[in-house]
Amino acid sequence: MSKILIIAEHDGKKLSPASARCVTCAAQIAGGEITLAVFAADPGPIAQQAARLTGVAQVITITDARHAQSLAAVLAPQVVQLAASYTHIFGASTTFGKDLMPRVAALLGVPQISDAMSVESPTRFKRPIYAGNAIITVEVAANRKVVATVRTASFEAALDGGAATISAVSADAPAPTHTRYVSLSAAASDRPDLQSAPRVVSGGRALASKENFQLIYSLADKLNAAVGASRAAVDAGYASNELQVGQTGKIIAPELYVAVGISGAIQHLTGIKDARTIVAINKDAEAPIFEVADFGLVGDLFQILPALEAALG
Amino acid sequence: MQKIIVGIKRVVDYNVRVRVKPDGSGVALDGVKMSVNPFDEIALEEALRIKERGEATEIIAVSIGPDDAQQQLRTALAMGADRAILVKTDQAIEPLTAAHALLAIIKTEQPDLVIVGKQAIDDDAAQTGPMLAALWGRPQATFCSKLTINGTVATIVREVDAGLETIEVDLPAVISADLRLNEPRYVKLPDIMKAKKKQLDVTDLATLGVSIDDGLKTVHTEAPKARAKGILVKDVAELVDALKKKGLVS
Ligand SMILES: Cc1cc2nc3c(=O)[nH]c(=O)nc-3n(C[C@H](O)[C@H](O)[C@H](O)COP(=O)(O)OP(=O)(O)OC[C@H]3O[C@@H](n4cnc5c(N)ncnc54)[C@H](O)[C@@H]3O)c2cc1C
Ligand SMILES: Nc1ncnc2c1ncn2[C@@H]1O[C@H](COP(=O)(O)O)[C@@H](O)[C@H]1O
Repeated sequence: MSKILIIAEHDGKKLSPASARCVTCAAQIAGGEITLAVFAADPGPIAQQAARLTGVAQVITITDARHAQSLAAVLAPQVVQLAASYTHIFGASTTFGKDLMPRVAALLGVPQISDAMSVESPTRFKRPIYAGNAIITVEVAANRKVVATVRTASFEAALDGGAATISAVSADAPAPTHTRYVSLSAAASDRPDLQSAPRVVSGGRALASKENFQLIYSLADKLNAAVGASRAAVDAGYASNELQVGQTGKIIAPELYVAVGISGAIQHLTGIKDARTIVAINKDAEAPIFEVADFGLVGDLFQILPALEAALG
Repeated sequence: MQKIIVGIKRVVDYNVRVRVKPDGSGVALDGVKMSVNPFDEIALEEALRIKERGEATEIIAVSIGPDDAQQQLRTALAMGADRAILVKTDQAIEPLTAAHALLAIIKTEQPDLVIVGKQAIDDDAAQTGPMLAALWGRPQATFCSKLTINGTVATIVREVDAGLETIEVDLPAVISADLRLNEPRYVKLPDIMKAKKKQLDVTDLATLGVSIDDGLKTVHTEAPKARAKGILVKDVAELVDALKKKGLVS
C-alpha cells in the first residue's frame, strides 16, 4: 500500500490552495493513504483546514517557532525524519515546493519528479519538459521512495467534506543555523490570488508603462479577476515579479485568461495551456498568441480596453 | 572570497520549438541549435560581477555532458570565466547525478560559492541547486534576484510566489539564479579568440567516482495535447457576446 506524505504549504494562518491540489493528485494513487504534515509555529487553524479536505486520512502537526518561516534548509531534515514510514512524499510545484522537495530528495538519496501532471500508477507519472512542448512518462525504480512536486494547474483542489484526525508529532532533527530568514516584501492585495483565481487578466510589453498597466487592473476589477503579466512587462517594471506567468513564473489554469498585448512566446504559453478559455487582444494578427486563443481580437489595446470595460457595464 | 563555481548546461536554444519523435523515444535533437542554458548565463554574469568588484579571484565553469558541451564551456570562457571543467558523459543524466558530479568537483576545488541556474530549460527540473546544497550540507538560496556579499555572509533576495523574500546565508553556499538577477553581457570577438587559450580540463563521471543514478527512468515521450483552434471576433461587442454565451461574464 502507498503511504503518501504531503508537505502542507501555508502562510502561517491559512492552508494554501496548492496543497488541496496536491491532495487530488495523491488521491489518484490507487489504494493510497494520505497524510498532510503541517510544519508551523502555530499549526492549529491550518491543520483544521487540512483535516477537512476530502481524501486526507490524517493530519500531523509539527510545532516549532522556527517554522514561522519556511526555510528549506531547516525543514528538509525534519521531513526526512518523518519520511521513513512513507512511500511517497509530495509538495506543490510552487516556489516553496521547488525549494524544499529537491533538498529532501537529495537527503533521502533519491531522484525527484518535478511538476507531476498525471498519475499513471503509484510509480509512474507524466510531466512536462521543454516548456511543455513534450510530455514524458517517468518510472521510479522499485523500492525507492517517490519524491515529487505536483503541477498544481493539472489538478482541481480537493473539496471540503472530510474529517481527518489531527495529531501532534515531534521532529527534532538538528536544524542548521547557516540559513536565516530576514524579511518578506509581499504586495498587500485584496485581489484574487493569481494561482487560484478563476479569471486572470494579463498584460504584456505593449502596455508600455507602469501607469498604462493600470488599464489591466481596471479590467481585472470589472471581471473580478487576478492580474498577471508577461516576463517583458515584469522586466520593464510595469508589474511586480510575483505576477509573471509562464515557464519560469506561475503556471495557471483559470476558467478565463485574457492576454492583452502579449505576443505568446512559448515560455509564456506554457503557463496558460490549461486555461479553459483564452482571449487574446493584440494588434498583430500574426502574433502566436492567436494560435492558442479561443477568442482573438485584433486591434489596439488602448482603444479596445476602454470599450471592453464599457461593454461589461 | 576565492573561488566561484558556475554550472553551465548545454541545452536546446530557447528559440527552438522542439518536436517529439513519432516513435515516442524522445525529442528530435539532430541539427538543433544548442546553447548555454539562459539561467546559467545569468549565473555566470553574476559571478563575473562579483569578481569585478574584487570579491572573488577565480571563476570555474563546470559542465556535465557530452564532448560537444565544450562549445558551451568555451562560450563561458569567452564571457570571462577563468577556466572550465567538462565532466564527460554520453548518457542523459538526472539532476541528482549532476549534483553528485558537481559535489565531486567542489571537493577538490573548495569554492566559496556555487551559482547555478534556477532551472535548465530542457528538463525544467529546477532541482540541481537544492540537491547539491543538501549533499554538500550547505545553505541554498534559490530563485535569487539580488545577491550581496559581505565577507562570509551572503544576503539574497529571492523571487517567491508571495513576492520578494530576503534571506541570509553563511558561505560557502549554493545560489540559483533567477531571470532578473542581471542581464548577461554579450561575448565580443576578441574574447572568443582569447577563450581558446584558456584552460579546459576534461574528466568523466567514473574518474570522479560518480555513478549514474537510474532511480528514475523516462519510459515514453509524447507531444502535448494541442488546443482546439479558436476564432477571431471582429469587435468588442462580438467578444462580449461570445463570453456571455460561455457563461464567463454576466
Ligand atoms: C529562459 C527564459 C524564460 C522565460 N520565461 C518567461 C516566462 O515565464 N513568462 C513570460 O511571459 N516570458 C518568459 N520569457 C520571455 C519570452 O520569451 C518573451 O520574451 C516574453 O514573453 C515577451 O513578452 P510580451 O509578449 O509581453 O512582449 P512582446 O513579445 O514584445 O510582445 C508584445 C506584443 O504586444 C503587441 N502590441 C504592441 N502594441 C500593441 C497595442 N497598442 N495594442 C495591442 N497589442 C499591441 C505586439 O503585437 C506584440 O505581440 C522567458 C524567456 C527566456 C529566455
Ligand atoms: N549537466 C549539467 N551541467 C552543468 N550544470 C548543470 C547540469 N545540470 C544542471 N546544471 C545546473 O543546475 C541548474 C538547474 O538545472 P535543473 O535542475 O536540471 O533544472 C542549471 O541551470 C545548471 O546551472
